Amino acid sequence: MILNNIEEISYITAAVLFIIGLKKLSSPATARTGNALSGLAMFLAVLVTIVGRTSVTWEWIVIGVAIGVVIGSLSAYFVKMTAMPQMVAIFNGFGGGASGLVAYLEYYNNSGGLITPATSLSVMISVIIGAITFMGSFIAFGKLQGFIPSRPILFPIRNIINGVILIATLSTILWILVDNTHLTPIYAAITFSLILGVLLIIPIGGADMPVVVALLNSYSGIAAAATGFVLENTILIIAGSLVGASGIILTRIMTKAMNRSLANVMLGGFGSQDGSSSPVLQKEERPVTTASASDVAMILEYARSVIIVPGYGLAVAQAQHQLRELSDLLKPKGVSIKYAIHPVAGRMPGHMNVLLAEANVPYDELKDIDEINGEFQRTDVAIVVGANDVTNPVARTDSSSPIFGMPILNVDQAQTVIVLKRSMASGFAGVENELFHLEKTLMLFGDAKNSIEEVISETKDL
Amino acid sequence: MESLLISATIFILAIFVGYEIITKVPPTLHTPLMSGSNAISGIVIVGAILVAGQVSNPLSGLLATIALTFATTNVIGGFMVTDRMLKMFKRTKDKEK
Repeated sequence: MILNNIEEISYITAAVLFIIGLKKLSSPATARTGNALSGLAMFLAVLVTIVGRTSVTWEWIVIGVAIGVVIGSLSAYFVKMTAMPQMVAIFNGFGGGASGLVAYLEYYNNSGGLITPATSLSVMISVIIGAITFMGSFIAFGKLQGFIPSRPILFPIRNIINGVILIATLSTILWILVDNTHLTPIYAAITFSLILGVLLIIPIGGADMPVVVALLNSYSGIAAAATGFVLENTILIIAGSLVGASGIILTRIMTKAMNRSLANVMLGGFGSQDGSSSPVLQKEERPVTTASASDVAMILEYARSVIIVPGYGLAVAQAQHQLRELSDLLKPKGVSIKYAIHPVAGRMPGHMNVLLAEANVPYDELKDIDEINGEFQRTDVAIVVGANDVTNPVARTDSSSPIFGMPILNVDQAQTVIVLKRSMASGFAGVENELFHLEKTLMLFGDAKNSIEEVISETKDL
Repeated sequence: MESLLISATIFILAIFVGYEIITKVPPTLHTPLMSGSNAISGIVIVGAILVAGQVSNPLSGLLATIALTFATTNVIGGFMVTDRMLKMFKRTKDKEK
């Protein structure tokens, strides 16, 4: 009894620490402490579980934990910051897989005994969401890592096939509620869910992966909470729900930033058409003004305020460090520098901020869309590096454009706009960017890294 | 039935608490939030320890070991990589020192 109480009290303490830990993520200044508190909560929960149980065997526990510690610490230590989306994706899969396995094993260990319908239902939810998360995350990981083509892979009547499998999956729940004397319904549910995990994610294009990863993040939490229902374990329910809520919020933020519905993302196929079938067909050669690196250096020399707009192209070119070097040169000349970061600038929510933080850009210079959009009209120069669709003014003005209504950065309101870009190719949405054709816009063509290096050396020579 | 109701109450309240605190996380920390919540969803390690202690045959043992490996990877990897990222976030002031 006493031991049981200690366990419950420790779980509640851990839950409180998780909540305080997440609350401290509300500011970069306290976030690191918050993460440490969450880690402490986890340690407490694990410790009390190990102490409180009289396990029959220990060898499986030791082996499993040892392998996990090695894989976890090595991947955390060596992962490149550009590869964070892949890491989070595969970890979501691990979480979902572990939850499903635990729920199944608990059911298996108790089979033959008395199992309530509520337990059966929780097991099925955990196993189904766990298996979908596991396979779906693996596919998302493959697409981000590049061993599965990142373009949408479409197959005929896919929505009908997915619908049928979904119904089959759900009917296994009814099956087990009617007859829980054997394990066949669980095996059927696992098989269907694994297939569903593949089929649901494979038609979704690489650029929509931020939404998918956020959604699977949420699923991994919900699967853990469902396993908590199976084990009647409070800390699993609470921690799982926190993660579930976090994933849902991030999913909503990402779909809103893309001006798409979740259904539209999940049905897949977006961005699979090539430019020829795009509704905006005017591919005529319209004039753009080009600039040289020395022109750019000159303009920056006389600017008082500069906003840098980084996009995923920046990360691809690995030009963050050069960009920071350039701003370090300009700051002593009295130029104020800020970074305008669109929610979909990277490959996952907040990705660009991490990449810039890695390049030593102070976080108080990183501004999100709502903070910065009013400032463009008071800014001398906006530099766009590797961003496209999120700067296209037609999203505000042209109701016939496919990106109409998408929240964009008001780059066109700056006095002068400098765009660093490899070519005139259109962005992910296949829409031509009106920004490039404005009179105030100067195009500096070339690889972003080389271009910025040239601007740096020109600035030094001034 | 009673225990289901208790579980459901905890679940619903925790979702609300989660929603309230996580809405306040600024966009700049969304990636660490995701990797940190990866680590937190590794809480299923508790469940994995419970079932791994009760296994009765080698196949279940193997499955329990896999579950533990997955969960431990999440916990260790998630917290460590989040810390690595958060360490990089510095203010202008901190840099001038």
